[in-house]
Amino acid sequence: MSKLSGLGGRLYRGETSVNFIGHRRRWYMVSSVFILLSIGALSVQGLHLGIEFKGGSSFTVTTPNPSVADARAAIEEAGVNSEAIVQLVGDNKVRVQTGALEQAQNNTVQDALAAKFAVSASTIDTQIIGPSWGKEITRKALYGLFGFLIVVMIYLAMALEPKMAISAIIAVIHDVFITVGIYALVGFDVTPATIIGFLTILGYSLYDTVVVFDKVRENTKSITSSSTKTYSQAVNLAVNQTIVRSTNTSIVALLPVAAILFVGAGLLGAGTLKDLSLALFIGLLVGTYSSIFIAPPVLAQLREKEPAMQALAKRVNARGGVTVETSSTAVTAVNGRGPRNQPKRKGRK
Amino acid sequence: MSTTNKPIKTTSRPGRTLAILGLILVAMVSLVFIQGSTSVRLGLDLRGGTSVTLQPRIAPGDEGKVTSEAIDQAVSIIRQRVNSLGVAESEVAAQGSGTNRQIVISVPGDTGRRVVDLVGQTAELRFRQVLASASGVPAAADAAATPAAGVSADVNAKFAALDCTKPENLQGTGADAPTDTLVACDRAGTTKYILAPAEVLGRQISKASAGLDAQAGSNWFVSLTFNGEGTAAFGALTSRVTSLPEPTNQVAIVLDGLVVSSPRITEAIPSGNAQITGSFTQLEAQDLANVLKYGALPLAFDRGEVQQVSPTLGADQLNAGLLAGGLGLLLVVIFTLLYYRALGFVTVGSLAIAGLMLYVLFLLMGEWIGFTLTLAGIAGAIVAIGVTADSFIVYFERVRDEMREGRSLRTAAETGWVRARRTILVADFVSMIAAVLLYVFSVGGVRGFAFTLGLTTIIDLIIIFWFTKPALVLISRSKFFNSGHPLSGFSPKSLGLSVAKEA
Repeated sequence: MSKLSGLGGRLYRGETSVNFIGHRRRWYMVSSVFILLSIGALSVQGLHLGIEFKGGSSFTVTTPNPSVADARAAIEEAGVNSEAIVQLVGDNKVRVQTGALEQAQNNTVQDALAAKFAVSASTIDTQIIGPSWGKEITRKALYGLFGFLIVVMIYLAMALEPKMAISAIIAVIHDVFITVGIYALVGFDVTPATIIGFLTILGYSLYDTVVVFDKVRENTKSITSSSTKTYSQAVNLAVNQTIVRSTNTSIVALLPVAAILFVGAGLLGAGTLKDLSLALFIGLLVGTYSSIFIAPPVLAQLREKEPAMQALAKRVNARGGVTVETSSTAVTAVNGRGPRNQPKRKGRK
Repeated sequence: MSTTNKPIKTTSRPGRTLAILGLILVAMVSLVFIQGSTSVRLGLDLRGGTSVTLQPRIAPGDEGKVTSEAIDQAVSIIRQRVNSLGVAESEVAAQGSGTNRQIVISVPGDTGRRVVDLVGQTAELRFRQVLASASGVPAAADAAATPAAGVSADVNAKFAALDCTKPENLQGTGADAPTDTLVACDRAGTTKYILAPAEVLGRQISKASAGLDAQAGSNWFVSLTFNGEGTAAFGALTSRVTSLPEPTNQVAIVLDGLVVSSPRITEAIPSGNAQITGSFTQLEAQDLANVLKYGALPLAFDRGEVQQVSPTLGADQLNAGLLAGGLGLLLVVIFTLLYYRALGFVTVGSLAIAGLMLYVLFLLMGEWIGFTLTLAGIAGAIVAIGVTADSFIVYFERVRDEMREGRSLRTAAETGWVRARRTILVADFVSMIAAVLLYVFSVGGVRGFAFTLGLTTIIDLIIIFWFTKPALVLISRSKFFNSGHPLSGFSPKSLGLSVAKEA
């Protein structure tokens, strides 16, 4: 652990430096591959939507050693001819999912199951979803998504910088896209709880990005008044300086989510806890990646287009500094030669 | 780097801040005891029960009908129906905003099916001629001997047996078809009726309002206007019954299978404008006018989602939620202690106080605003452990950065705070935006999640400002931390300083 902390110190002073910004093409490439895969998976397989989105009924009977065949027999007796999915959940539950039924049919199925498994009808957990319900939640989730993106963009533009807001939002969209893509690819069930998970990722993914950008802002406050670092170099330093922080916050955020996932999937089988935590787990991983590998390079690119920053890059180059983007071998460019104005810097090497 | 080396004023008084926070906590806990709210109100998914979410059904061209008033009206009508079940702690509430609202009905216990059947009905208002009436108690056997004209013996027997003093007969089933000859009680349970098939329907009324007799100054009445179809039907009905003997000259207004009012028709009314007079109070007149205007429910509803959770599953989910919370907390504590050593205890202390505060707020909000904790709410609280611990990490790392720049822990605790504070405020504000938008744009469980997430974000801010920061400042004065003890989390080695010195 202390080795890791020591690394934090070296990263902070720029002695050890990973060239996140210079290698941005590499990261963009990785993300592009994932995004293309996501688009492919979404268009070929689509998302595996739960009954909440299609409308239908779900009945869960809790009884020792239930059998799928008994459940099927009960549904047939109830005279429901729509395609029913019957599955065992854990070793004492059997779940029956049907298409949309009339209320009277729901009661019949419930009674038939109760009779078959010799349990009281009121102990059967049921969920009945109207056919238009899914449309309603999807619509609301989309409103929530767009509302969030707009409000946060405005807020970040005011609290940080407009271009930081744009980069942060690009990173968030990237996260949601890849997370949804992974869902399509693996074929995880999408339920309303999953949607909550997706929406929560937005806030989370931004937390790390805000930490990095706040440092960038600090490092670049009066960057044009000197000729020591290009904007990209300053961003790179900020990412290196905050990487321990980002890693730690991500680990700490992931631990409780992993606990919910473990308990939810392990003990309860399926349900709100599992769906929510799985979406969060995947989203958090993607979010951590984008706050380091996507948001800062995009920001650097956006700002480097500004004439003032280009002039700065020229001045830094003239002084013999190596701009981070020019060469992919410049992994430790900032390290060796780039003048650093860290106080208390002990000469190393 | 734009590092300012201005001397930092060390006027902060950590002891006082901590004492204030302590007082606030004591006050909150005492409030809990004063209010006697000793257990958190659990949602139906944690203790078993039925919840039904109703969505207004909007026919094309009818978009304007879904007004806030209509939804409120529907909520109060459904509430009456649900209350008739006599289950304690049933709740009926509108969720969402504006016209895009839903009605959520939650009833604990295993009355499931009855609730589901009861709430969504949009029984229609009907006008039926009264064929016979009697006081609400079951008639003695001989009194039922002579059926009124046009009434079968079967119906007459039912009428005789009907006991309007029993609550189950006053529930309003709304199961009557317009063509039935109906046996019904009035809403108060004092009178019972045999009613002819419906001749005028609620949708044939175009206007209804309550009014006051200007001359008498005290008699409230209800005026009605029928549409074209209604005018003809009501005209025919009134002209036929007006000359008939009691009680067949009365027309009953029936809603949900219960007689709301049964005015005597004193003259034929061919104009389509009628007045119902009687000894109404203002409230009664307005209620009757509302019923006439809206029928049963002002809107038709679809059952969006019905969820029935047995108490067993509820208990399982509660246990799983608590287990996941405990496990998550334990993992975070282990990680912070391993990484931050003794400094990790500040995190553990902060999380403990945040947890206490959250629990107390759950208790108090259950009392104040009827907050109920759902499974999604528990998940929100667990996820929030991470968010809360994140701000400590941002602060601690910042302090360590300051020390790497050569500051002492005492100074770094203050200078690092000034910078970390900004980051934490911005990041928490973003979390808050997410929580608020999730809350606004969602129904049911999701709202519980968003609510706890928002609540914990606020608690996070309180804790980091009033506990973590003063606590760190306080311990930064101690020798153990200030001297950079290997276990303090601020040792030169863990900061990566010694490496530089040795080289």
